[in-house]
Amino acid sequence: MTTPNPTTPSGQLPEDLEADAVPEEVRGLSQNAIVRKRFIGNTPAVVSIVVFVLIALMAFTSIGFLGIPGWWHYGYEDFSTQINGGHPTFMNLFNWGDHPFGQDRIGRDYFAMTMRGTQQSIIIMFVIGAVGGFLGVVVGALSGYFRGWIEAVLMRIVDIIIIIPLLILAAVLGRIAGAHVSGNMATITLGAFIGVIIWTGLSRLVRGEFLSLREREFVDAAHIAGASNTRIMFKHILPNAVGVIIVNVTLLMSSAILLETALSFLGLGVRPPDVSLGSLISDNQEAFSTRPWLFWFPGLFIVAICLSINFIGDGLRDAFDPRQKKFNSKKAKDRGIHGSAVKDSASAAAIAERTEGGSAQPGPGSGDPGDGPSHRA
Amino acid sequence: MVTYIIRRLVTAVLILLGASFVVYQLTAAAGDPLEDLRASNAPNKDQLIAQRVALLDLGTPPPLRYFKWLGGAAQCVVPFVGKCDLGLAINGEPVADALGRAMGQTILLITAATVLAIVIGIALGIITALRQYSTLDYSVTFMAFLFFSLPIFWIAVLLKEFGAIGFNDFLRNPVFSPTSVIITAICMGIVVVLFMSGSVVRRLIGFAIGAAVTAGLMVALSATGWFRAPGLGPILILVFGLGVAYLITQLTAGIKNRKALYSSLIMVPIGLIAYYVLNPMFSNITGWGVLGLAVVTILVGCAVGYFMGGFDRGQSMRAASLTAFFVAGLVLLDRFMVEWPNYFSNGRIRGRPIATIGSSTPNLEGNWWIHNLDNFTHLLLPTIALLLVSLASYSRYSRASMLEIMQMDYIRTARAKGLPERTVVMRHAFRNALIPLATLVAFDIGGLIGGAVITERVFAFTGMGNLFVASLLPIPDPNPVMGVFLITGLLALVFNLIADLAYSVLDPRVRVKA
Repeated sequence: MTTPNPTTPSGQLPEDLEADAVPEEVRGLSQNAIVRKRFIGNTPAVVSIVVFVLIALMAFTSIGFLGIPGWWHYGYEDFSTQINGGHPTFMNLFNWGDHPFGQDRIGRDYFAMTMRGTQQSIIIMFVIGAVGGFLGVVVGALSGYFRGWIEAVLMRIVDIIIIIPLLILAAVLGRIAGAHVSGNMATITLGAFIGVIIWTGLSRLVRGEFLSLREREFVDAAHIAGASNTRIMFKHILPNAVGVIIVNVTLLMSSAILLETALSFLGLGVRPPDVSLGSLISDNQEAFSTRPWLFWFPGLFIVAICLSINFIGDGLRDAFDPRQKKFNSKKAKDRGIHGSAVKDSASAAAIAERTEGGSAQPGPGSGDPGDGPSHRA
Repeated sequence: MVTYIIRRLVTAVLILLGASFVVYQLTAAAGDPLEDLRASNAPNKDQLIAQRVALLDLGTPPPLRYFKWLGGAAQCVVPFVGKCDLGLAINGEPVADALGRAMGQTILLITAATVLAIVIGIALGIITALRQYSTLDYSVTFMAFLFFSLPIFWIAVLLKEFGAIGFNDFLRNPVFSPTSVIITAICMGIVVVLFMSGSVVRRLIGFAIGAAVTAGLMVALSATGWFRAPGLGPILILVFGLGVAYLITQLTAGIKNRKALYSSLIMVPIGLIAYYVLNPMFSNITGWGVLGLAVVTILVGCAVGYFMGGFDRGQSMRAASLTAFFVAGLVLLDRFMVEWPNYFSNGRIRGRPIATIGSSTPNLEGNWWIHNLDNFTHLLLPTIALLLVSLASYSRYSRASMLEIMQMDYIRTARAKGLPERTVVMRHAFRNALIPLATLVAFDIGGLIGGAVITERVFAFTGMGNLFVASLLPIPDPNPVMGVFLITGLLALVFNLIADLAYSVLDPRVRVKA
């Protein structure tokens, strides 16, 4: 998104806003307060946060985590006798019955298994977000700030990593790590491995951001004041790029969930006896006509998590983009729509970054201002 | 420009070399190619192992083996040698052959899905941009996010269950139940309302008409047993054709341009007459014949537009040839429908036409029509699945791009000088909104040829993605993996370059630095 897109967010900063351009309702507020205010005003995003927190709470408290027991009376590896062919016993919110999501073929409680899968997905999502976000930010910041040979080397490494298929790495991981670690550690290792390869798109975005920010007056000022490079990079430039980073890490996380489920579906992700949402669907797709609930519940949880993360990301983007005059769409409609196009293009870019399965497919973020076409409008 | 391209190509070759080395070593590390033999109880176990070691040259350590492989692969790029040695797969088959076959399957799978996703996605994006913050906009946005959040294998299983098994069951007795008629009618009514604008009364009328037409259509289709012996017939072709003619003229030239309208309208009866005149030769037609007829159709359309003339010949020609193309499509559809009962009762199909796996029915006998119907029924479900997940990026992207363009000064100028809104949207805004999408399309095509791994897996297509996974798991087979990687990586790099070049060609503000 760095290059040919005429919407490179150069107006991302509060400094850009001249006094008379500051809208009435944000005047006198700090940047963080503005972002918070805008985010709270975005109903879908707030609803999504609530939904996501509820799902996460349910997943981690119900069957317990890290040896801490939960309130649910079955574990995801416990067998019990099949009741009523394993049909779900969920009647309503206050009468869950013994097996609200039913039982699988060998009598394990499917609610516990789905909760375990949800835990896995959420852990992997955050590990990928942390690892991928860290690498992407550091590589992008270094290459964007120093330019020269550092940039050339780092960006060629990005080019190489971006075309290496993820599936190969997953297979190698399966062989090397699968034998040595198990349980939560295996999940974290898987997330870390995916994170190590998925940061490339983010690093290009961050680099683009740094390329434009390093030319600005406040960076010169910091130089003259004698600040070190590290200080300028992380204290002066990074906070100004944080909007782009947060938004893209969020979207990275939503695609990470789908990636993990896809890998588990291929048998490369979470390994049995542990379960993930993807492996649950994969194991039970043949049973759709006889035991449809085995298929519905994990799928619905994937969709719910992924959808809420996507809406949160969308809300964050709206909140971080000061060119977005209004965050209340109803009022925005009455007032005119200036600026909203920008956030949408970023959103679409992030969506387009998604790859299916493990095929290496550079997103449209692979434009390259260093040696690619440069925009001279 | 030339310097720039050469520089990019040289970089691409270096990147590909680096990445292929890494991938080769990773594949070698991913598992033991002899694993199945070591575990086997065959009496000639040692001999089999020795055979495979010789076949795959396992005696050489992987870093050295890579350079041997590279030597063979490098012959592929030497012109006029015609020798291409990508090594052998674990079963002894040359990788180049397997790759060719897999690529054919993948292209078959992704073409329709990609084209449809681009067309529908852009159309949705443009419409929602023009109606920003309307209920339609919100609904489409929500649907886009929803489809984007769906795991493709989940959709695939649902499609198999309801789209294939359910529909095939339905075909046994193709009559809609009253409940399904009512529910579908209400849904269609709501869709109509979403697309409409205006007062509440107008919307209610739209809802009523939409629901009534749907219900009537469904009842009529049930009563006539249409699903068993479908067809459009001359009257429906005429009605649809005239509708298409009006729509295309409206979009390309405007209804006020009478010459263009008449040339489009003329194409409808011409197409219909041609259908019945040429009908005898249709039963033995081949793919090339259909392609030739398509070209002739467009030429006839151009000719009609040219002779109708008018102040702007180009517009008439464009409208007429587009209409001709779509009318020909209707005719083709009708001809396929004529053949449907034969396909349906074919011994290999036995009344369950929608397939859930594979790309064709083995040993199916029949003419061109039957074989293509067979392909359609096999491609239907994977195409829908791919379409749904890739719709989101196109619709969001084109919406964003259109919104941005619609705020440009030149759009205000166009409006201020009194151009009709159609011209402003179609001529000034739409064309420019497409420019950023060229990049996206180039990337997508480059990436998709590498194979839609999961989709191919679920629908048992033996394409690139499936070849890749099958050679990686459970026993890694380095040569096919490298073959697929080579093509994927090459395409990714080439399309990356094409995207950048296309952008600078389409948008003169962007220049490449030589």
